[in-house]
Amino acid sequence: MTAPALPNSFKTGPDERGHFGIYGGRFVAETLMPLILELEKAYDDAKYDPAFHAELSALSNFYAGRPSKLYFAEGLTNHLGGARVFFKREDLNHTGSHKINNCLGQILLAKRMGKTRIIAETGAGQHGVASATVSARFGLPCVVYMGATDVERQAPNVFRMKLLGATVNPVTAGNGTLKDAMNEALRDWVTNVEDTYYLIGTAAGPHPYPEMVRDFQSVIGKEARAQILEQEGRLPDMIVAAVGGGSNAIGLFHPFLDDQDVEIIGVEAGGHGLDIENGHAASMSGGRPGVLHGNRTYLLQDADGQILEGHSVSAGLDYPGVGPEHSWLRDTGRVKYVPIIDDEALDAFKVCTRTEGIIPALESAHAIAHVIKIAPSMSKDKIIIVNLSGRGDKDVHTVGKLLGMDI
Amino acid sequence: MTETRIDRRFAALKAEGRPALVTFMTAGDPDPETTLALLKALPEAGADVIELGMPFSDPMADGPAIQAAGLRALKGGQTLAKTLNLVRAFRKSDDTTPIVLMGYYNPIYSHGSEAFVVEAKAAGVDGLIIVDLPPEADDELCIPALDAGLNFIRLATPTTDDKRLPTVLTNTSGFVYYVSINGITGSAAPDNSRVAEAVQRIKRHTKLPVSVGFGVRSAEQAAAIGAHADGVVVGSAIVAAIAASLDGEGRATGATVPAVVTLVSELASGVRAARASVAA
Repeated sequence: MTAPALPNSFKTGPDERGHFGIYGGRFVAETLMPLILELEKAYDDAKYDPAFHAELSALSNFYAGRPSKLYFAEGLTNHLGGARVFFKREDLNHTGSHKINNCLGQILLAKRMGKTRIIAETGAGQHGVASATVSARFGLPCVVYMGATDVERQAPNVFRMKLLGATVNPVTAGNGTLKDAMNEALRDWVTNVEDTYYLIGTAAGPHPYPEMVRDFQSVIGKEARAQILEQEGRLPDMIVAAVGGGSNAIGLFHPFLDDQDVEIIGVEAGGHGLDIENGHAASMSGGRPGVLHGNRTYLLQDADGQILEGHSVSAGLDYPGVGPEHSWLRDTGRVKYVPIIDDEALDAFKVCTRTEGIIPALESAHAIAHVIKIAPSMSKDKIIIVNLSGRGDKDVHTVGKLLGMDI
Repeated sequence: MTETRIDRRFAALKAEGRPALVTFMTAGDPDPETTLALLKALPEAGADVIELGMPFSDPMADGPAIQAAGLRALKGGQTLAKTLNLVRAFRKSDDTTPIVLMGYYNPIYSHGSEAFVVEAKAAGVDGLIIVDLPPEADDELCIPALDAGLNFIRLATPTTDDKRLPTVLTNTSGFVYYVSINGITGSAAPDNSRVAEAVQRIKRHTKLPVSVGFGVRSAEQAAAIGAHADGVVVGSAIVAAIAASLDGEGRATGATVPAVVTLVSELASGVRAARASVAA
């Protein structure tokens, strides 16, 4: 693929039809098209409504606990002996991950649109928990679709969702992971178009979801940029985040896109390794452009255009696609995407826990693993910000199993 | 564009004074040989237009019956090229029954839209229904398909209001497929009076025939819907009949073709009684 001409700014997308270069768009069944157009209009109205932002800002502060801290990870930095590493502490948010940022924004939008029922898909369960949380807070019934495989490997989050009053529907189609859950959520939406709001958890799907989710998550990067300027008096040399669908990553990256001196790295799930067919979830490093779930983007697919399931030790990264803006940022070269395999992520999980006393989500451990790889070779005056997108309590069971411990 | 087999078939049925029976099955379910045998048997059993599903790993608009059919076909190694081969083989013995390929965009995009429409036309395909390509994406496949001489059949739904209908109907050809309910294939039966109203509404905007599908399972339903529509589409019921005829390993049996022929014959008697029931 030839690289497109570089734009003056990397922050102006998408265009009015939802395209980031050739990516994005609205590839949905006709039944959903009028709803998607209605949603776009509602979001455009909300975007320019100070009252909407005031309500979201108040909830973010007093309910979710923002701003999240930018923490100098001294233990990890000393352990690595190179660049100084800072954690953007999204793990400290209410519900334990960045997912709440997007859920608060979208539930306010759902309310504004007069919708009375919330549906969501979830992989690791972080978005499911965040959706169930905001639904409880606003008194709306919530149905969460979750792959049967994920229901099993993320049992604590399933229980949390149920405690919060949500209905969790296990999806057995396909391999029973995130993409199958998203298919089932789309089937629900197309059946219940009148009253239902589909709260998509990642920066993917038909326009305006990729833009909207990015906007709600950009609070991460806006805060981090202001915080590092305040704490260190300068911008970082590098920012790093894990990419599944890519919402925490685009949230951190977007405010830095036009800071040309800031190197930006997205870390994909390398699973068992990129050379293992269907053994990873690195859609940009090991896939090619295609159309799924309402957008054109990099996808894991076979020679005939059938979507592969992919694999990652992290349920939250186990998705065969990626948000369309990432695909565009990849092609333009503004962001570099690298794979981290399961074993490297598990090592990073342990290193972070031991050196910082912070148990990271397996998703975030992928980002930390890349930092562990490169920080030692960087000089001590360099600064890296890594998005600690979620806490790892939910993964303790999975990690225990992999380490051969009975917990 | 030039006249297709679809145009000719609907014109002939209009002259005959009855609606078309449009049948759906998935190509390669459970194997290509069975699909070819079914293709050959369907016209005689009373199918007027044949929709052939191109299996896709992620059929977002389909219910459990058609999802399962797609998985069976993919498990048997069905590909886009093999589906075109089936049409080519069918055309050796039948040059009049219209064939419409129905599916999702990614396998076609992966193959290349421009190449696909040319190959499909040459194989004897008459039209395409691609669920996840709304009119906003017409330059992706619709325009190349029309240029290649294929009909591009669009879905209209209960959420498609009068304001949006002209957008949906622009570039639509062959017929309009009215999805009778908000939902996935094989859902609950549509409300007949609302269907009649919707067909009339669409007809105020277009001269194209209007076929109605989603949730039609029996000869009685086919007759009731056919009283108002130019075509009745039956999919999940046929696919379920195929599924019920398979052996424990999911292979076709001697009962597979007869099961489908029996069902389609009943449905065909339903559409043939449609206008009679209106007169009565």
